[in-house]
Amino acid sequence: MITGHLTPFLEARDTRRRVSNLVACGTLTFLSGVAIGALFLVFGYVLYRGFPAINWAFFIETPRPVGEVGGGLANAMVGSLIILLLASLLGIPWGILTGVYLSEYGRGRLGSAVRFCSDMLSSVPSIVIGLFAYALLVVPMKHFSALAGSVALAVMMVPTIARSTEELLRLVPNHIREAGLALGVPRWKVILLIVLRGNLSAILTGVMLAIARASGETAPLLFTALNSRFLSWRVDQPIASLPVQIYTYAIAPFDDWHRQAWGGALVLVVFVFSLNLLARSVIRPKMTRD
Amino acid sequence: MADVQPIVKVEGLNAWFGDVHAVKGITIDFLPNTVTALIGPSGCGKSTFIRCLNRLHEEIEGASASGRVVVENNDIYGAGVDPVRIRRKIGMVFQKANPFPGLSIFENVAAGLKLAGIRRRSLLQDVVRRSLEGAALWDEVKDKLHQPGTSLSGGQQQRLCIARALAVEPPVILMDEPTSALDPISTAKIEELMLSLKRRTTVIIVTHNLQQAARISERTAFFLLGEMVEFGDTTQVFTVPKQKKTEQYITGRFG
Repeated sequence: MITGHLTPFLEARDTRRRVSNLVACGTLTFLSGVAIGALFLVFGYVLYRGFPAINWAFFIETPRPVGEVGGGLANAMVGSLIILLLASLLGIPWGILTGVYLSEYGRGRLGSAVRFCSDMLSSVPSIVIGLFAYALLVVPMKHFSALAGSVALAVMMVPTIARSTEELLRLVPNHIREAGLALGVPRWKVILLIVLRGNLSAILTGVMLAIARASGETAPLLFTALNSRFLSWRVDQPIASLPVQIYTYAIAPFDDWHRQAWGGALVLVVFVFSLNLLARSVIRPKMTRD
Repeated sequence: MADVQPIVKVEGLNAWFGDVHAVKGITIDFLPNTVTALIGPSGCGKSTFIRCLNRLHEEIEGASASGRVVVENNDIYGAGVDPVRIRRKIGMVFQKANPFPGLSIFENVAAGLKLAGIRRRSLLQDVVRRSLEGAALWDEVKDKLHQPGTSLSGGQQQRLCIARALAVEPPVILMDEPTSALDPISTAKIEELMLSLKRRTTVIIVTHNLQQAARISERTAFFLLGEMVEFGDTTQVFTVPKQKKTEQYITGRFG
C-alpha cells in the first residue's frame, strides 16, 4: 500500500508540534500574567496600605504640626491640580502646535531637526528638566514657585503630545485637507479647525496620557515648586504636590506620615488610572464608528 | 452660443510634477452655465489640468504650473493673486467623497462659510438648506442634520460634498471623476443633479465614463499624454471626431 505509509511519521511530528505549541503558549501566557500581575500587585498593595489613611479629613485638612497625629493632604492635592492645570495650559497648545508643524510643514531639514530634538527631549531625565526650570525661573525670580514646577511639567508634556498629534495627523488622508483647501480655506485653518476638530477624541487621548504621566513626576518639582505645608493658591509661591509630599512623608521617621504617604500614593494612582481609562473610553466609540 | 463670453479662459497652461511635464500647453475656454467634459485615458493629465484651475495642483510637493487662467477677467496665475481667494470662486468635488470626519451634515455644508467668518445662525441655516436642496439631498437628510456626515451612504456623501461646494456659491465647479466610486443608481442621481446645477454654475467634469460625458456635457475635450487632442461640441466629438486618435479612443481601441 502506497498511501498512508507516511502517516506514522506525520503523526509523530504532530505530537512534537502540539507539545512545542503548548510550551510556547504557556510561556507567553505566564509572562503576560507576570506583567499584569505586577500591576495588580502594585495597585493592590497601595490600596491595602493607603486605604486606612483615607478619610474625609485627609481630603480637606492640611498637615498638622510635627508630632501631632491626623490632618490631611489637601494642600498637596490642590497644589498638584494647580500645577497640572497650569502645565496643561502651557503644554497642550505648545505640544499640539508642534505636532501640527511636524506633520504639515516639517518636511525639510528644520522638520527633521525639530522631530529629533523632540525625541531627545522626551528621553531627557526629568530631574534635568527640573534643573532647567530652576535655572530659567527659580533663579531669576529668586524663589521657588508653582509656575516653575508647571513649566518643568509642560516641557515634559510637549514631546508626548507633539508626537501623538503628528502621528494622528499623518493618518488623516490628504483628500480631507484638499477638500478644505478647495473651499477656499487657508491651510492652517483647515488643519486646526477641520482636521484637528474632527479628531478631537484622538488628540484628547494623547493629551490625557501626557497629563497622566506628568501628574506622577516628582523630580522636576523638587527644586521648582518645592513644597509647602499650607494650602496655597498662588502660582508665584512654593506649592505642595502629591508626589513631593509622598516623597517627603515617606522618608520621614513618623508612622503617621508613612500612613499618609500611602494614602497620597493611592489618590495619585487612582487619579492616573482614571485619566488612562478616560483616555481609552474617549477613543473607543470613534474607532468603532469609522 | 458663439457670442457668449467664456467664464474661464485657459491659455498655454503647463503643469509639472518635479521634472515630469504632465500638462502641455493647454488652451481652452469654458462657457457659463454649461457642462464641459474632459475625457482621456488614465494619466493623460486631465485631473492635473483641472487641479490647476483652482490652484490646488501646486499644493502637492514639487508640483508647479504656468500659463494664464482667466476667471471672470482675472488671471488666477497673475502676480499677487491669493490662491485661497481663487478657491472660494472655484469649487471642487473629488473622486472619493471626502466629508470632514467628526463634523455633522450641517457643519460639513456650513464649513466653507463658517471658516470664512460667517457666524449668523439664520443665514447659515438658510444656506445649508439651499445647498442641500441644490445637491438633491435635502429630503433625505433634513431630519438628521446633526448626525455625522460620514454616516451617510457613499452616494449621499458625494452629494453632501457637492452641497458643501455649492454653499460658497462658486461660479465654477470642478468635478474630478465624481461618480467613479459610486453605484449606477447614485451615479444617475448625480448626473441628473449636474444637469440642474448648470442653472446656477458652470461645471467642468473629468470622467472616465464616455457615456456619462455624452449624456451630460455640451462640450467635450479629449486629452492624451498631457495634450489636448480635440475639443468641440459633445455630439460632434462623439459622432464625427476630427482626429484619428479621438475616434480610436471613443471606439474603445485604446485607453
